[in-house]
Amino acid sequence: MAILTAVQRLCRDEKLPREKIVFVSGIGCSSRFPHYMNAYGFHGLHGRALPVAEGIKMARPDLNVFVNTGDGDCCSIGAGHWIHAIRYNMNMTVMLHDNQVYGLTKKQASPTSPIGLKSNTTPRGSYLDAMDPLNITLAGANVSFVAQAPDWIPELLYEIIALGFRHRGFSFIRILQRCPEFVPTMLDPWMQDPDNLRLLDHEDGIRLSPNLARTYRNQEAHDPANIDRARELASGNDGVPIGILYRNESVPCYEDVLKPDGLMPPEIVGGRLEAEFDKYTVKPAE
Amino acid sequence: MAENERRRPPSPSAQAAETLAEHVVEIVSDSGEGAQKCGQSFATIAARMGNGIWTVEIIPAEIQPPARSVAGASGNRVRLGSGPITNGGDAADLVVAFNEQVLLGRIAANELGPGCIVLLESKWEEDRDPAIVASYKKVRDELLEGGYRVCEIPMEAECLNHVADARRGKNMFVLGLLCRIYSMELGLALEQVALTFAKKGDAVIAPNQRLVEAGWEWAEANLDIRFQIPATPATETQLVMNGNTALGLGVMASGMQVCAMYPITPATSASHYLSDVFQAVGGVVHQAEDEIAACTFAIGASYAGKCAVTITSGPGYSLKQEGIGLAVMAEIPLVVINVQRGGPSTGQPTKAEQGDLLSACFGSHGDDPKVVLAVSDIEDCFYSVIAARKIAETFNTVVVLLSDASLATGQQPFRRPDFDTHWLAPPVDQSPIAGDAMPYDWDLQTGLAQRIVPGQPGGVHCLTGLAHDRSSHIVYDPEKNQEGMRSRSLKLASLQKTLKTPPVVGDQEGELLIVGWGGTKGAIQEAVERVRADGHRVGSMHLRFIQPMASGIKDAMQRFGKVMTIENNWCDSLDDEMIDEENRRYSSLALLLRARCLVDIDCWGETKGQPLRPGSIEQVIRAKLS
Repeated sequence: MAILTAVQRLCRDEKLPREKIVFVSGIGCSSRFPHYMNAYGFHGLHGRALPVAEGIKMARPDLNVFVNTGDGDCCSIGAGHWIHAIRYNMNMTVMLHDNQVYGLTKKQASPTSPIGLKSNTTPRGSYLDAMDPLNITLAGANVSFVAQAPDWIPELLYEIIALGFRHRGFSFIRILQRCPEFVPTMLDPWMQDPDNLRLLDHEDGIRLSPNLARTYRNQEAHDPANIDRARELASGNDGVPIGILYRNESVPCYEDVLKPDGLMPPEIVGGRLEAEFDKYTVKPAE
Repeated sequence: MAENERRRPPSPSAQAAETLAEHVVEIVSDSGEGAQKCGQSFATIAARMGNGIWTVEIIPAEIQPPARSVAGASGNRVRLGSGPITNGGDAADLVVAFNEQVLLGRIAANELGPGCIVLLESKWEEDRDPAIVASYKKVRDELLEGGYRVCEIPMEAECLNHVADARRGKNMFVLGLLCRIYSMELGLALEQVALTFAKKGDAVIAPNQRLVEAGWEWAEANLDIRFQIPATPATETQLVMNGNTALGLGVMASGMQVCAMYPITPATSASHYLSDVFQAVGGVVHQAEDEIAACTFAIGASYAGKCAVTITSGPGYSLKQEGIGLAVMAEIPLVVINVQRGGPSTGQPTKAEQGDLLSACFGSHGDDPKVVLAVSDIEDCFYSVIAARKIAETFNTVVVLLSDASLATGQQPFRRPDFDTHWLAPPVDQSPIAGDAMPYDWDLQTGLAQRIVPGQPGGVHCLTGLAHDRSSHIVYDPEKNQEGMRSRSLKLASLQKTLKTPPVVGDQEGELLIVGWGGTKGAIQEAVERVRADGHRVGSMHLRFIQPMASGIKDAMQRFGKVMTIENNWCDSLDDEMIDEENRRYSSLALLLRARCLVDIDCWGETKGQPLRPGSIEQVIRAKLS
């Protein structure tokens, strides 16, 4: 609900015509999101939101494309697409709704579940360390925008999604989202003790409001251009980073590199086709 | 009794050429020695002379096979004739071999006809390696004993008189040799060489032309083999290309703008071709990270208003099934081209088979009615893509286009198309949607609904692969799911009403009707004609639309005493001790036709990785008639 509110506000503030917006999702609780927006939406297959979104963006660069995906959808079944989507760096805003558990199939471990989480598939506690979506994204070729946002600080959530939207390229935002049904208390330590979060403040990133600055004392002036520090922050030794970890405006977008010129007028298509025919034309000997 | 040409004195060239109706010529070499280019050029020259041609590529299974190996045989078969040629024919009448090893596989596969002429590179007899010399002599002598006529030709030595690297020039020497043997025009051959190497410039063209002339002159001075295949002059300009190029051109001509693919043999060359030319008409080729992404990328592009195509082969098609189901459910137009190869699993990547018919019709999960079209020759590859795009966009569904490995690489001339603006897709509709239009406002009669695409004011909705109602809301109501299923299914019936009954070729009623589909058309029709020539009353019918199937097929079957399908896929033989009527597994089309028409249909198929030969089909038909 917090994400929905933030995104609805963003669409209003940016004055996006609703017909020029497409929300794309895969399968999971996160992926119902497009149904709740009064815009175009595509609710497809488990793990396949990103390639669908890429196809839309390639065909129609004029559309504003958002992707809503979950920790299972993006980091598990869709992991291959995710790694490559970073590399394509198409201009879209990707929200990873990470609640660290499979919710739609009623509580199984996800790749981001903490070790020891008891679930239907890990009744004795999950065996493996959690995957870190931020570091993986930061390690990707052509990475251009990485951020992390909590769903319980609406002001920050909005600011971060807005910066992601305004960034031209593949904006990856991991949203720490609570699952009230299956792991309702999992994020409590981060919610209840503000010092566990490390808020990133920078003139090129999020500017913390006085109110937030007072509440969250664990702050850092982090320059989003600094990828080495972004990686250190992502590993979380100084608290859970909230804000823009990395941004690079100079990474080319795939849709700009391939440069689809769009539909040519029939006479041009006809002419180019005839030129191709010429290459294979055989005129009988006289 | 055959003789060894090498021991003959050079014969004068004045000998008259023997006139033939047709001949099958093969050129085989180690991979990389250019036999394929030689064959393609020879075929094109023949086509320019006005002959009918059909080529079949001989492709090694490995990328870099060892030299002088059976597995490494690479080359081209060219069947040329006075009239139109519709298939690769039976066994070869003349073979050019760059070494004796590459012949062994062809002999084992019965590709050399009785009395076949073998033009053999002779340098191996003087090789430094005694094992090679022994192998060469052994194969040569066995060929002679087997009744073949062997002409040993010092190809490389002759080439060295003209160029420094004979291994790369031999193919053009052989081209000249063949042009002389088959009484082609030398000027035409030289012109073709110039066209072939046009991109590389004069520095490459000139020595290759010199080699062609050298081959010609050598044949003139040393060979007494002269054939002439009189041409039936074509009255119209033609194109000569292979099926994959024709598919690529069809994509260009259809107005589609996005092709998403993942490399797989034998489909890849179609996307290679498109990668080169698609941009010229505003198109994009996206090489995705996998087949699933290629399919869903295409779905995204189509959803956004531009019909997209994804091109693949069997194993890739399996991976795309998930996306295909989604496109059917969400009613998004999509063209999926499957250039079939031998299967199952990774099977025989470079070999011909028609094994994917049933997975094309029923492969995805649940009931996902989609259109399945099969192409039967090179020209059909071009026009069927245009038709597939139109059907996909008219019916908002998936059209699967089945080609196969033999069509992918086989060349054939066809009438040069006249560009028609109606081939192209219309621009993306961005006009406002009036009133309360719904994305699935299914027409009760046809199942069709208006296509609404992003950017259209007033039309916003969220498509879903989940069961949905007319507004695209997710539904749990059983009646609404039933309505959606009915509507999607009705679309096939609506398309079916527009289809014409496929014609029966040959006798319109009689003893036996042969039904086929895909790339076997030419071989089947030729076999039927051979049998009809003996007075048998046989007809053949070739299906282009497999799903839905046109009406009238059952009526046609009932005009014949027996019906059987001929397919390049598996069926159990009743001659097998283990097989009876109750456990027999039928060929794919036979199974579909039996279910649809309730007619007792027999079948015959082969999975040897080769296109079906008219001679084999003829034998099957004769056995069925007896």
